[in-house]
Amino acid sequence: MRGLEYHGILRADGPIVIAAHRENVGFSELARVRDRTGELRLGRIVDISEQAIAVQLFSENTGISIDESWIEYLEKPLTFRVGDGIVGRIFNGLGDPIDGYPPITSSDLRDINGRPINPSARVYPRDFIQTGISAIDGMNTLIRGQKLPIFSGNGLPHNRLAAQIVRQARVLSGESQFAIVFAGMGIKYDVARFFIDSFEKSGVLSRVVMFLSLADSPSIERLVTPRTALTAAEYLAYEKNMHVLVVMTDMTNYCEALREVSAARNEVPSRKGYPGYLYSDLASLYERAGKIENCEGSITQLPILSMPNDDISHPIPDLTGYITEGQIVLERDLSQRGIYPPIAGLPSLSRLMKDGIGEGMTREDHRDLAAQLFSAYAYVRSVRDLAAIIGEEELSDRDKIYLNFGDRFEREFLAQGEFENRSIEQTLDLGWKMLSILPEAELVRIPPKLIEKYLPRTGNGDPAKE
Amino acid sequence: MSAGYITRISGPVIYAQGMDDAGLYDVVKVGKAGLIGEIIKLKGDVATIQIYEDNTLMRVGEPVECMHRPLSVALGPGLIGSIYDGIQRPLPVLKNVSGAFLAPGLAGEPLDTSKKWHFVPLLKAGDPIAPGTAFGIIQETASIQHRLVFDASVPASTADWIAPEGDYTCTATLVKSREGKEYTAVSWWPVRAARKFTEKQITHEPLVTGLRVIDVLFPIAKGGSAAIPGGFGTGKTMTQHAIAKWCDADIIVYIGCGERGNEMTEVLTEFPSLIDPRTGRSLMERTILIANTSNMPVAAREVSIYTGITIAEYYRDMGYQVAVMADSTSRWAEALRELSGRLEEMPAEEGFPAYLPTRLAEFYERGGMVKTLEGKKGSVTIIGAVSPPGGDFSEPVTQHTKRFIRCFWALDRDLANARHYPAISWNDSYSEYTEDLIQYWDSIDPAWDALRTKTMDILKKERKLSEIVRLVGPDALPDEQRLILLTADMIKNGFLQQSSFDTVDMYCAPPKQTFLLTCILTFHELAENAIKNGAPLLKISALPIKEKIIRLKSTLENNKVQEGQAVIQEIQQAFTQLGVGAQGGLSI
Repeated sequence: MRGLEYHGILRADGPIVIAAHRENVGFSELARVRDRTGELRLGRIVDISEQAIAVQLFSENTGISIDESWIEYLEKPLTFRVGDGIVGRIFNGLGDPIDGYPPITSSDLRDINGRPINPSARVYPRDFIQTGISAIDGMNTLIRGQKLPIFSGNGLPHNRLAAQIVRQARVLSGESQFAIVFAGMGIKYDVARFFIDSFEKSGVLSRVVMFLSLADSPSIERLVTPRTALTAAEYLAYEKNMHVLVVMTDMTNYCEALREVSAARNEVPSRKGYPGYLYSDLASLYERAGKIENCEGSITQLPILSMPNDDISHPIPDLTGYITEGQIVLERDLSQRGIYPPIAGLPSLSRLMKDGIGEGMTREDHRDLAAQLFSAYAYVRSVRDLAAIIGEEELSDRDKIYLNFGDRFEREFLAQGEFENRSIEQTLDLGWKMLSILPEAELVRIPPKLIEKYLPRTGNGDPAKE
Repeated sequence: MSAGYITRISGPVIYAQGMDDAGLYDVVKVGKAGLIGEIIKLKGDVATIQIYEDNTLMRVGEPVECMHRPLSVALGPGLIGSIYDGIQRPLPVLKNVSGAFLAPGLAGEPLDTSKKWHFVPLLKAGDPIAPGTAFGIIQETASIQHRLVFDASVPASTADWIAPEGDYTCTATLVKSREGKEYTAVSWWPVRAARKFTEKQITHEPLVTGLRVIDVLFPIAKGGSAAIPGGFGTGKTMTQHAIAKWCDADIIVYIGCGERGNEMTEVLTEFPSLIDPRTGRSLMERTILIANTSNMPVAAREVSIYTGITIAEYYRDMGYQVAVMADSTSRWAEALRELSGRLEEMPAEEGFPAYLPTRLAEFYERGGMVKTLEGKKGSVTIIGAVSPPGGDFSEPVTQHTKRFIRCFWALDRDLANARHYPAISWNDSYSEYTEDLIQYWDSIDPAWDALRTKTMDILKKERKLSEIVRLVGPDALPDEQRLILLTADMIKNGFLQQSSFDTVDMYCAPPKQTFLLTCILTFHELAENAIKNGAPLLKISALPIKEKIIRLKSTLENNKVQEGQAVIQEIQQAFTQLGVGAQGGLSI
């Protein structure tokens, strides 16, 4: 009962505390455990039977004892207090302000688990977001309402890329109210600081809602952080009609926390010890992106995850890729060659690109141009493999041209400055310039009339050869 | 009604006591909110129940009410064009009740009870009724005639009264039997039981999908079953969408099982504006959607597959050719795994329950071409997407699925990376229906079998050769072998690869399919001759006709294949101008 503490627990096992059954305790509700020093810990009820109640704590469990513990049931699920005042504030994972300013004054409490969007109430996302980054705009276009994760590895510049996207992202058709929700899960203080500084420099800090559960916070708190953040995002998008960009980093830490709790609950593990419901659990986060009917706002998600050992088939990136609408993959090899952003040409993908580009949205040639660039770059990869064995000299003339194309594509098209903001026209024209390296007969993915119109030519009418 | 109460809650699985008269797989209403659940295990008077909705705040001690009937779907006019969740709740109706977000405990009539349908009786008073007797017809959409047929649960009797022709709602009594039983246009059928038919039949008719790589290289028969396995981003959903749009089935049941919400929205926004090339009507007029997306309750995901296939069987029983797209069966298997884990069952491979193969077999066996109870021919074709973790086909769901399907369309990561769609690998895919379908293709083009054999042969040779090329480079090969590489390239770019955005290319009719191959292979044959007579490959590959053939897929319209025949002559001319032996055409 609320306001009443029950004395004693039955068992403490990792983050799970088992207490005797009480009346009027509901599944998934909050409970508060007080230990002998008076410290309070929040937890969520994960199993109830007629004999016992299992509570999963969101914090450290040191000092919990069987006799000297008191448990209170709060009769409500974990909630986040929403209101106009949340924009510009910093919260911890549970939604308590940690920036030293007073708590939010609002009586509007939201269940952080949210509710699934009715598929028939969704609006299919189509609005092109210009990030000013050629590799994204030209090849893996970001769409408003999309969930597009960045698959990275330790030591790769995913944070700089995310900051650049936040800084430069804009929609071509007019400006509108926007907000940024940032969820930091198990990240180091300097990473959080980097984002705060970068938001400040680009003048958007007053539009940011931050949720920080740093590396020294209890790992279980990471399980709640993205949910609290998405609750704030849903409030801003669907009630305040804002366009919200949600940056969540690092999803790998979130999944580790999930595995930790699952192991503590003795669940049957599936791949690499992760619980069998990892897919459903991740989906309950990622699927909170989108647009709904009769509402101006939208939620665009940019989750960042570091692939353990750069392995894209690891369960975390793998399951993420199955849920999200594409992925931006960072490649160590490109990064080591000094190319920023090191966005891998081939494994990166934007599923919503096909409906957000083309005439009236970006430009009529966008789709065919991108398809041709992908196909040519894929061929470059096989030529490089061949060159590694027989040597560049032995390559046929056609293959040599492709090799040249590949190098220039990476150095001129993919690579750009961290503060360089290219318009979509610049990006597409640059793409054509790259294609002009190839013989015209190779451009089979593009209709002749577009080649006629856009392929840059030198004075004598031949494609520019370099 | 038995009144039980909850004794334990563990996620979507709850335990209830006092359920002694409940039956296995009976539907229950759980708790004060009345959430829908299903009994999956009984032990003494304790029932284990899986709940189809979010049960946050549910308490021990709350009541559980058994409905004493298995989970069933409502079958009747009005299904077409609908979108349901996994337990057949109409999503647009729920939207009107609770807004854009789904709240637990919602209910809605699966079929619109206020809409009136025009009923034409097929029986008169005194006629016998039995399972398989058709008693009336309702024009459901412009192209779908809804035959009302008594299902296998109806006892044999005599019609005492039958409603005259007129407009009725689907709750109005249309037939009364001698025993006083009343029948409406709506019947209920338990989803986990296959609907009855007279006999299964072997089929010699293809499901024409309009996708060249499928229809020519790996064709599927009506009533067949196929799996599309592929890692993320290889285009499973895109391929399923393309088949759902253009295949020559009468009705499409699209099951979005544990996948993205936006994909369902895409179907909902795109299909109504697309025109079915066969009926000239909107594609939505033949489509039924079951959407249980990945963030909707996991137990309802498990059952969504059965809801979909039961609806498909219902239309099959009217004599229609139905195609079921299940996207994705892996998510369904994962739902099984999750529930099995909650039940603390002994896991088999990778945590999946030991009964996974049995369930998969039961599902795929519900497809097939049948003689219905009424004596008509109807079919259910099942096309299931499989999402193997890490794109590794050796995992349990892919492996077990392979045992129960006869068509395997493996999606290839490298093709997808090069944006070669559909990314169906010609090396790993297979179809066991090819032999059965030769007869059909003979009527389109007698050379079909020879064309596909030759194509497969070239692709196979190319695979071998490219291994050599990878080691020593293409220059080391003689011209005849480099021609194989050239032709294989033409086959890939000019035939296998198909754009779903190009209005001409997105659907390819069978005559055009064989024609495109004929052009490419004619080119190949003439080039082979020319090389034998000393023409250098360099000259051949520089022929402008080559590019023209590759572009033919998007320049030649489906109904203008006859006019395209001139291209064959152009090819011959091009080789004549080369000056070396251009006699004859394609010898196969």
